[in-house]
Amino acid sequence: MTQVERFHYDNAIVKKFAFASLFWGIIGMIVGLLLALQLVLPALNFEVPWLTFSRIRPLHTNAVIFAFVGNGIFMGVYYSLQRLMKARMFSDMLSNIHFWGWQLIIVSAALTLPLGLTTSGEYSELIWPIDIAIALIWVIFGINMFGTILKRREEHLYVAVWFYIATWVTVALLHIVRSIAIPTSMTHAYGVFAGVQEALVQWWYGHNAVAFFLTTPYLGLMYYFLPKAANRPVYSYRLSIIHFWALIFIYIWAGPHHLLYTSLPEWAQSLGMVFSLMLIAPSWGGMLNGLLTLRGAWDRVREDPILKFMVVAVTAYGMSTFEGPMMSIKSWNAVTHYSDWTIGHVHVGALGWNGMLTFGVIYWLIPRIYNTKLFSVKLANVHFWLGTLGIIFYAIPLYWAAVVQNVMWRAFTPDGFLVYPLFLETVTQVIPMYAIRALGGALFITGVILGIYNIWKTVASGKLVANEETEAPARLVHGAEDRSHWHRWIERRPIQMLIVSLVLVAIGGIIEYLPMAFVDDNIPKIETVKPYTPLELQGRDLYVREGCLGCHSQMVRPMRFETERYGEYSKSGEFIYDRPFLWGSKRTGPDLAREGVGKLKKSDSWHYNHMYNPRNVYDQSIMPAYPWLITNDLDISSTPSKIKVLRQLGTPYEEGYEEIANDDLMKQAKRIADNLKKEGIEQEGLENKEIVALIAYLQRLGVDITAQAQAQK
Amino acid sequence: MKIIFVLIAVSLLVALGFLGAFIWAVKSGQYEDDYTPSVRMLFDGKTPSSSKGSNSPLHSNDK
Repeated sequence: MTQVERFHYDNAIVKKFAFASLFWGIIGMIVGLLLALQLVLPALNFEVPWLTFSRIRPLHTNAVIFAFVGNGIFMGVYYSLQRLMKARMFSDMLSNIHFWGWQLIIVSAALTLPLGLTTSGEYSELIWPIDIAIALIWVIFGINMFGTILKRREEHLYVAVWFYIATWVTVALLHIVRSIAIPTSMTHAYGVFAGVQEALVQWWYGHNAVAFFLTTPYLGLMYYFLPKAANRPVYSYRLSIIHFWALIFIYIWAGPHHLLYTSLPEWAQSLGMVFSLMLIAPSWGGMLNGLLTLRGAWDRVREDPILKFMVVAVTAYGMSTFEGPMMSIKSWNAVTHYSDWTIGHVHVGALGWNGMLTFGVIYWLIPRIYNTKLFSVKLANVHFWLGTLGIIFYAIPLYWAAVVQNVMWRAFTPDGFLVYPLFLETVTQVIPMYAIRALGGALFITGVILGIYNIWKTVASGKLVANEETEAPARLVHGAEDRSHWHRWIERRPIQMLIVSLVLVAIGGIIEYLPMAFVDDNIPKIETVKPYTPLELQGRDLYVREGCLGCHSQMVRPMRFETERYGEYSKSGEFIYDRPFLWGSKRTGPDLAREGVGKLKKSDSWHYNHMYNPRNVYDQSIMPAYPWLITNDLDISSTPSKIKVLRQLGTPYEEGYEEIANDDLMKQAKRIADNLKKEGIEQEGLENKEIVALIAYLQRLGVDITAQAQAQK
Repeated sequence: MKIIFVLIAVSLLVALGFLGAFIWAVKSGQYEDDYTPSVRMLFDGKTPSSSKGSNSPLHSNDK
């Protein structure tokens, strides 16, 4: 006889995550709108360091990914997991530690990133103390989730739960491997991997962050909330199972598609491309499964804004998972990479798939946990249309811009010269498209504001059912008597899965001891490639602090239109001392890999004037001004610890060099300051300013590889 | 490029972990019934907050 047990679902935690998602969502999107407008009107950088494009771009991406979507994931997981497992969350205390810990991490990210405290790794920008906090909170979430799965009253793990499990395990591992670094101070660290190796780790992480943070958990939400909202079972449960297993086995191998035509070995590029193409099958299987769930219910879609949100979300998922594999084909990637195509692509995913699904789920779930009705269906419909139009007005201009950029970047005169040798011409040409994109973003945000008002009024009209009473039979232990051994093995299995996960995570710890194994990889293969001087090193860290790689790549691809414009294509041996690697992934401005040599070389005073205000050099430039570099004193107290850590990691600085590194630094700074004076820059104490270090670094770019070419002659 | 082998090893471990989970799921009968779970999840049991019978999301004050 099965006993029926009475228990309560925890809705209070769902509410907290839902509100947090909306709160951070609107902030992250407004920062995004500011960024979009800054590209049209550079004056909107206000010459304030913490409002400058390059510093707040990572704030936007982090806020939208980890705060808006992150809290959205937890909202959906805490709501659906309890109901699918017929159990309250494992521990209310862990739920609350998870919630407040995650918000604290977001606040610390929002404070550190605009201050220029960043690793510059895309989507892994946060400094090492925050990385540790993320790992801890993620483990708390894991214990809470697996604890709930263990005490479940429902034997079957619904497909959504599998998606949640895969999310947890993989994100834990990715985060740890990507974040391994040796600190030089409380706010700065050098990563263990350098150059090409770091690039590979970064995009193994970056791609899978998209896969396992923005995709798998949201697929879990789709498989729960879409059938719920439509009140009909998913089209094919069998297909959903195939979708899950096929997706997670293929996803993790696709990372190198972010590095096509770079210095990564060719075979690794091809491997990434093949797996990326294979991804179409499971992704579209899932997309069709979602859409076909609504077969025979399309009349309801016409009336129900919640279903509309979900339909657009699933359609956007289908579009971006078609576009993604296409962009992984090398010849098409040559067009989309570095251009605005990528920005359009990710926003179809972020605004369409994650954004629209989040709002659909919130509209469905808030009236339920508040035991009330949605305040206004009409307003939700307006939100839906503003959102959908916003996505269209966002994405299409950027696709257009990408085509324009490529036509101009690649144009040759009949005599074989670049038609547009000045990169700026290719920038000013797409500014109208940037303006329309900002309009698209503004439409989307207007919708979100209406949505927040609608939710506000809905909440005001109801009362939170913090503890929702329910009942379910105790978990039936089938075949307990005749197959007790078999059964016990199953029973223990979730614990074993947790152990396996922890073992996997521990591998991250082992990798921490691996740096020594990589040292011999750091032996220069190009003899003329030398470690950075202390001043160049400090300048490089300023380049990282200001976020220059948000707009400038340092990776010349082996294509004629690139080598004509920038110079010799990039070789893997050039990057062995690069911590972090600064290849970048977007060219809003020109590539800088050869900035210090050949026809691209500029005088020291050119850089001084250009950093002070780019519009003094090119009146149409949209680059922000960095006047504080000219007034700030360079902090040289960090030099010894930086040199020490880099030597530990294999950079061949002599033993004890950290003691005298700052003497060398001052000498080089004096030379540059003298040179600036000679070129007519009148400023007292110039040799102590940050600008001198940055100039030293920029003038170094490309020098080593050119020295090799000369040596060969 | 030793890092490639580290990443492949780590990725393979994840994949093997999932393979183990998959074999467990199949062997333990998780997938013997590939229809009922999709219907069962639609029923939340006794849920005082949702109105009886109707799962229509159009609980609006507009009407």
